[in-house]
Amino acid sequence: MRSGRGRVTILRAALAIAAKDLRIEWRHRTAFATAILFAVLVLLVTVFAHDTGGVSLYTLGPSVLWVVLSLATLVTLNRAFLLERENHAIEGILMAPVSASALFWGKWLANLVLVIVVEAVAIPLWMIFFNVDPSPRLFGVGAVAVLAAAGFTAPGTLFSAMAVRTRFAELLLPVLLLPFLIPPLFFAAQATAQVLAGTPLADLWSWLRLLALYDIAFLALAAMLFPAVMDQ
Amino acid sequence: MTHDFAAIERIMRRGRAIMLAGLVGLVGVYALALGYTPAEKMQGLAFKILYVHAPSAWAMEMAFVLVGIVGILYFWLQDSRLDVFAEASATVGMVFATVLLTTGPIWGRTIWGVWWAWDPRLTFTLLLYLLFAGYFALRSALRDPVERARFGAVIGIMGMLLVPFIHLTVNLFRSQHPPPVLGRPPCLPDHPDCAPSLPWELLKPLLVSFVVFTTLYIGFVTVRYGIGLKRAAMEERDAE
Repeated sequence: MRSGRGRVTILRAALAIAAKDLRIEWRHRTAFATAILFAVLVLLVTVFAHDTGGVSLYTLGPSVLWVVLSLATLVTLNRAFLLERENHAIEGILMAPVSASALFWGKWLANLVLVIVVEAVAIPLWMIFFNVDPSPRLFGVGAVAVLAAAGFTAPGTLFSAMAVRTRFAELLLPVLLLPFLIPPLFFAAQATAQVLAGTPLADLWSWLRLLALYDIAFLALAAMLFPAVMDQ
Repeated sequence: MTHDFAAIERIMRRGRAIMLAGLVGLVGVYALALGYTPAEKMQGLAFKILYVHAPSAWAMEMAFVLVGIVGILYFWLQDSRLDVFAEASATVGMVFATVLLTTGPIWGRTIWGVWWAWDPRLTFTLLLYLLFAGYFALRSALRDPVERARFGAVIGIMGMLLVPFIHLTVNLFRSQHPPPVLGRPPCLPDHPDCAPSLPWELLKPLLVSFVVFTTLYIGFVTVRYGIGLKRAAMEERDAE
């Protein structure tokens, strides 16, 4: 059993790693800007690809939103460990007196913040493009987005650490991660559709609970397996 | 890793014998299903695909579950032979998944009128298939055998946790999706007779086919395991 003091050390190290990643991102803003641009482009692509005489854009809305957000998450995640590959920065972190668990939580937290920021820009744009009227009910979509982001980034952080060690990191990450995104993607899209359809918010609970269950299960397992991935 | 090529050869010989027994059994299953089993009342001849489809599902599930379990054992025992076994089991699992994904739509087309009806079990198989395709893509992109074993075990274990979530997703998805127009009545509480239990003469060949497919699985995996051991031993010998 880890002592209380050990937990505090891990938390402090994780926060330091997350702060470092976010600081680098804030100075460059490359991944963030690319992910936003990518999300807007995919939104436009889906609008132009849809059959104008068929289903209305409003009906397609929830599906499109979650396709866009899961793809934008992939773009965001790609940078998490590519950043560390430059100049072998990862070796510096591994030599520092921080545990692999702290590295996982730090990287996950930084990824989570970035994905939530991308969502915070993409969702209002989606509302404009897909004629979704602003209403307090949309806070429901916000809650879904935060829970889904946590679920996307849990296996995502683990897999990006593995993919970056291969020759085809950018190709491998989607191939490995997308099967894992299907359950949270489905729960989130169903919940969003219910918000737009005006069903009572209480009905949203069952989807939110499923998302939370997925988050807890995969965060716990990914954190447990991460030291094995970083072992050099 | 063993350098004893004679021992590896013995394992492969044993595997080939089991595989041969399985293949002879497979011919027996075909003969039993086609020649000595009456046609099912509702589905007629199409029902006979069950004798390949259902045991393939069993063999695939066994293969993939073992990849996960062996992954856990690998982290515990750190024995590279476990990784060779996991890779062999995953390869054989992919073969059975391919059989499932081929026979499923053929059966569906005859009974439901469509190749793909988003049936929960077939969708589940497709997702597992894609998960393991990723497993092989990752393995092929790694050169270091220790890293390959470790990352393979990680995907195997993560996959085991994903299975109940995929299961839930495909079932919930199906309940949100209209059922196929043709075919069996949906299993609702007021239709208790929707899935009648199989009469003995239809069940018997099925039980035989389960035994045969298990034998085939053991045979295939043993041969693949032998090939894997040989490859690893040769790589090690070349490195020395």
